[in-house]
Amino acid sequence: MFDAPGPRFRRRVFWISAVSAAVLAGLVALGLWRFAAGGQLELVRWKPYLTWPVWRYLLEGLGSTVVAACATGVLAMAGGLLLALRPNRFTRAYAEVMRTVPVLLLVYVMLFVLPSFGVNLPLFWKLVVPLALSHAASYAVIFRAGVEAVDPGQREAGLSLGMPDGVVTRVVVLPQAVRHMTPLLVTQAVSLLKDTSLGYVVSYTELLFNGRVLANHNGLLIQTFLVVAFVYLVVNLALSRLAHRLEASRARTAR
Amino acid sequence: MSLVLEGFLNTVALTLLSFCGALVVGGLVAVLRIVPVPVLRGAGAVYVEVWRNVPLLAWLVLFVFGLPEVGVTMPLFWTAFTAIALYEAAFVAEALRSGVHAVASGQGEAARALGLTVRQSLRHVILPQAVKNVVQPLANIAIALTMATALAGVVGVVDMTRAAQRINLEIAQPLLVFTGVGLCYLVMAAGIGFGARVLERRLA
Repeated sequence: MFDAPGPRFRRRVFWISAVSAAVLAGLVALGLWRFAAGGQLELVRWKPYLTWPVWRYLLEGLGSTVVAACATGVLAMAGGLLLALRPNRFTRAYAEVMRTVPVLLLVYVMLFVLPSFGVNLPLFWKLVVPLALSHAASYAVIFRAGVEAVDPGQREAGLSLGMPDGVVTRVVVLPQAVRHMTPLLVTQAVSLLKDTSLGYVVSYTELLFNGRVLANHNGLLIQTFLVVAFVYLVVNLALSRLAHRLEASRARTAR
Repeated sequence: MSLVLEGFLNTVALTLLSFCGALVVGGLVAVLRIVPVPVLRGAGAVYVEVWRNVPLLAWLVLFVFGLPEVGVTMPLFWTAFTAIALYEAAFVAEALRSGVHAVASGQGEAARALGLTVRQSLRHVILPQAVKNVVQPLANIAIALTMATALAGVVGVVDMTRAAQRINLEIAQPLLVFTGVGLCYLVMAAGIGFGARVLERRLA
């Protein structure tokens, strides 16, 4: 967006960099000092997180998080595909409603309303069903946008070659649509994985809930939840990086 | 009945305030990500990646239960506000950044060819066009933020969703209570969508 910088501008950038680096370092130091003043940096408080049993417990939680996220993803994608392929008044209204009602409200309906009507699902499904209902709407929006982004000439070309309609959709349109959708699908996967943290409310033993159990047990609140946040960060970053790499390699083979 | 009102007002207040906070912080972070200074760019990128890759509920728990332990005490409502505003700021920053990048690069080149400085070309050429691109994404973030405020209920803020759950425990009319609250969220989202459309037409 800008010109290649000249010598004067480059000197200015150098000084701005130096000053801002100093300011950032100062902010980090201030934060650490606050932590140290509260005794939060003492090794005793971090030691449990250097031991295997604690990590095993957290990783078990992460495993449950991933299982719940995968189950939700499969259900939500199937639902989203159904919604996207049948655009009528009902499916559009459904997508609108689900895009505005908090998942937590759906979870509460699962927890407090349905049991009084005799529907009492296992914990896992109390988390997965509301998440899938809500994310199906997001997937429908993504799928529809992806299909619409494919040039209509592609479908016409397929049809003029004598392919049946279903085959054109499957062989010509969808593969190209997927390429358009990949970035959004990754964002959606990250958002889905984050939403499984509602297991905290449902008492499904996923990562955040296990963090709470640990913190209640050892009283190391800040340390526990910082470690939990760190695990989420690593997993979600890895997910995004993996998707980018896949996309890059496919873009190369497509050419 | 006062519980209904309290929950509704808390949700509305939390939504409005956190969105304003997210706009301010998100604007700052977007500037960091655009300026041609590597250190600041890096800082902006780290902010966005860290905040949006960790669930909001984890941030809320960390802020609400963790901050008092390092000697930072605020009323519960304001702690929740801080966490939500900082979290949504990451999404706002990304929306603003892609809004700026969506302005065709030819526009910047044209401004430069006319001899405008960086500041002038941003102020008169790039930003006015970026603002239009950004309205719809920001409205989507505002709607997502409305939904996100429900999570504040989990850590103790009496918002609409938590109020619904409590009222339901008292009067045991689940269908009525939860449908009513769902409708409230729908109305808020519709309001945001309407406002965005009006704003977009004004700017066009």
